[in-house]
Amino acid sequence: MARMKFICDTERCIECNGCVTACKAEHEVPWGVNRRRVVTLNDGVPGERSISVACMHCSDAPCMAVCPVDCFYRTEEGVVLHDKDVCIGCGYCSYACPFGAPQFPSNGTFGLRGKMDKCTFCAGGPEANGSAAEFEKYGRNRLAEGKLPSCAEMCSTKALIGGDGDVVADIFRARVLTRGKGSEVWGWGTAYGKPTGGTAAPKATKS
Amino acid sequence: MRVIVHAACLAALVGLAACTEKPQTLGSRKADTAASAGTGTAFVAPGWKVGDQTSWDEQLRIRAQRGQNEYSRAAAGS
Repeated sequence: MARMKFICDTERCIECNGCVTACKAEHEVPWGVNRRRVVTLNDGVPGERSISVACMHCSDAPCMAVCPVDCFYRTEEGVVLHDKDVCIGCGYCSYACPFGAPQFPSNGTFGLRGKMDKCTFCAGGPEANGSAAEFEKYGRNRLAEGKLPSCAEMCSTKALIGGDGDVVADIFRARVLTRGKGSEVWGWGTAYGKPTGGTAAPKATKS
Repeated sequence: MRVIVHAACLAALVGLAACTEKPQTLGSRKADTAASAGTGTAFVAPGWKVGDQTSWDEQLRIRAQRGQNEYSRAAAGS
């Protein structure tokens, strides 16, 4: 069973905002709402790093935990989605989310703060797959079309990788081992096992 | 006199009926359809069988590898 995840390779992200544009175009996201955005650390300083951020579809999502009307749900693929017909636009999810993923349109159903909108991993919502109602509320359902999220597929440097967590992890591991650095960072051991120091030959997966 | 009292009671009953509390049952989420069920549109990517979970899983795995993993096209480190 697939478990969908994103990862952004900061060694590759060039802050082109192609992922942001792809997302906005694919889902016709309104002005003032950015389901995805690129954050740059130490902007202008040598060694600056950019990272593309959106909903990370957490396995234990804090937005789900705090929602007073229980509008969130998780699909079988591990994508965290919400039902806009149940959402009351309270904003609790935006306080709970560590990534700032929940967005609130300024001219929505409740006036100044409309119903919450966020990255759907291009998986639409509870409406019928590919229906006009689903597109209007949540955007395209690319997963049901057998495609991966638009942001990841459009990324020019392939910095942003999206898909089944195991596949994504394999791709990222191969890159880090090939470039010979990156496995020393905090958390690598938790995710991939003991650091290799960049000496081990990468094992690429062919399909 | 009795008719007037009855009429008044009836009017009060009808009038106050509008004051009853509205139902406040919590709306429930709609059930979502699995992504492997497809969309029924012409935009579905070719190469997998709509409605087959295993085929869908394989389609996404192949798409991720071919589209995002350049090391699967060239020998790593070469």
